[in-house]
Amino acid sequence: MNFTPPLLAPAYPEIFLLMALSALLLLDLVVPDNRRFLTYAYSQLALVATGVLLVGGATGHVFSTFGGMFLDDPLARSLKVVALLAMALVLAYSRTYNQRHGLFRGEFYVLTLFALLGIMVMISANHFLVLYLGLELLSLSTCALIALQRDSSVATEAAMKYFVLAALASGLLLYGLSMLYGATGSLYMPQVANAIASGVADPAILVLGLVTRRAGLSFKLGVVPFHMWVPDVYEGAPTAVTLFVSTVPKIAAFAFFVRMLVGTLSPMVSDWQSMLVIVSVLSMLVGNVTAIAQTNVKRMLAYSTISHMGFLLLGILSGTVGGFAAAMFYVVAYVLMSLGAFGLILLLGREGFEVNSLDDLKGLNKRSPWYAFMMLLVMISMAGIPVSVGFFAKLSVLSAVLDAGMTWLVVFAVLMSLIGAFYYLRVIKLMYMDEPSDISPLVAEADHRILMGLNGMAILVLGIVPQPLIDLCMFSVTRSLGSG
Amino acid sequence: MTDLTPLVFSAFGLVLLASAVGVIVARNPVHAVLFLVLAFFTGAGLWMMLEAEFLAITLVLVYVGAVMVLFLFVVMMLNVDLDRLREGFWKYFPVGAVVALIMVVEMVLVVSSRQFSTLGLDGLPAPASYSNTRELGLQLYTNYVYPFELAAVILLVAIVAAIALTLRKRKDSRYVDPSAQVRVKAADRIRVVSMPAEKDPS
Repeated sequence: MNFTPPLLAPAYPEIFLLMALSALLLLDLVVPDNRRFLTYAYSQLALVATGVLLVGGATGHVFSTFGGMFLDDPLARSLKVVALLAMALVLAYSRTYNQRHGLFRGEFYVLTLFALLGIMVMISANHFLVLYLGLELLSLSTCALIALQRDSSVATEAAMKYFVLAALASGLLLYGLSMLYGATGSLYMPQVANAIASGVADPAILVLGLVTRRAGLSFKLGVVPFHMWVPDVYEGAPTAVTLFVSTVPKIAAFAFFVRMLVGTLSPMVSDWQSMLVIVSVLSMLVGNVTAIAQTNVKRMLAYSTISHMGFLLLGILSGTVGGFAAAMFYVVAYVLMSLGAFGLILLLGREGFEVNSLDDLKGLNKRSPWYAFMMLLVMISMAGIPVSVGFFAKLSVLSAVLDAGMTWLVVFAVLMSLIGAFYYLRVIKLMYMDEPSDISPLVAEADHRILMGLNGMAILVLGIVPQPLIDLCMFSVTRSLGSG
Repeated sequence: MTDLTPLVFSAFGLVLLASAVGVIVARNPVHAVLFLVLAFFTGAGLWMMLEAEFLAITLVLVYVGAVMVLFLFVVMMLNVDLDRLREGFWKYFPVGAVVALIMVVEMVLVVSSRQFSTLGLDGLPAPASYSNTRELGLQLYTNYVYPFELAAVILLVAIVAAIALTLRKRKDSRYVDPSAQVRVKAADRIRVVSMPAEKDPS
């Protein structure tokens, strides 16, 4: 049989990360508990080296390898760089928290890096089997991370919920994939796209498959009606893990949606567009309205995530290249904001004490004006108020929807952001106008302080000069999907 | 010479059906497990007839060899109270019957539908030199090497997760440290005391 060994160069970052991970597993064995800092530093180093490989190998062209299963295009490169940056911030923010809460162990770093590997695999997948395997790699690592605080019954419950629902979602997804395979005879995305475009596939089976696949995907993104796990997991998981769950996997979910719906099923755009409209409208409604009633800050942010994901879908459902670029901009902005919000909550926690209630944010301005200002930036950005990156994210998504001719949807989305602004502004009111119940000043390590500052500044600066990021998103999307 | 294939197939099929019924009607759980082993064996025989030797061997090695032995251990260790298990049989019978009926109807629909009519029926008998195992191996390690490696990584995560979630260092339990045992020297165990010889007092 004829077989040419696959070209490995496009996959160097993944291969390197896997090797570094395997080395970390061994290294962690010999590092004594009091020198655990080495494991942390090694993980950060591995991230930096993977990032260097990613940026250094970027060509701006589309490659595929492993017999067409692995796709390396500008979209994949930029999303992977964002994922790596977010991951590095997650590890940096959570270091102090982990030390205080007994999570400063090798497993935390091994599992988060495995999850990152799964995310990178999903971003580059060009074959449905690979996409599924990447998803499982991510889900399994995430589930173990949530349960890592073994003695906490809340965390165990959250992990159990996540596990059962993830298994259900995987089942739905596989069922949909089998339909797709039955109808088109292939799992390679380009071949599936060809089979659909040429009309040989049975449309009834395709649509049934599309429904179940999208249900599986919606779970990953955490949108209504598959959102029930989000608040419980956000609340129950250790905050360091919540920080991870709420940021990096969303990038993978975005890539998943784009690869599946845009790359493969673009001939069926009228079928999936209406489905996404329903899901997106419900997510914005349920997310924003329920968030108002929350007194727990992690639950509030969880519902806010649901509504943000509804906004993200708006960009995808517009079905245009501009819309996909807007959605990509939105996901990057969302990751920045979520990192800032949970980074601050991590900071407020003390030994054996987690910040849960909104009341814990009271009078933050008196305790630390700098952090209160950072949180202010995050909140106005989440609310979508001008001079913040969140404003431009919402603006670009909405203008894409307007171009697609769905004016009522734009009006609805704006109304929903107005409702959402209420609970974001309430946080600002609590921080600046209420008296603190605890007047001890906030102490944080230098790296946390600097990174929080950079994170807040990024929200502000990208809000004033968003053009470079918009250009990058446009470039990635047009180069990778423009022809399709 | 007559073709023995239908005869062998019927024999395997009958044994398979009988042992499958045996699994659910056996009163003794150990007997049920043994019936299941028999069912796997005959199933493997049927696969062998379809020239899927790799699947047949894997079924025997993995399921009969490993999974069922573990199962048998569990069944023997746990003292299952059978009478309590059988208590609700007639209460749940109607629901079970409805589910079974739906499954039968679905199977008939699936098997008789045109979507499946063309599947796997074009296979001519393969030449004698054809090896199913070799073909599978070639596919797995060439075209599918990337998913194969990813599956391996997922298994690695499963190991890490299982150990991270279940390993507890129990400080109070008594245990033997083999390394300390090996490193021990004669001097650590016996103290040779030199003392002057004593005369017998008598």
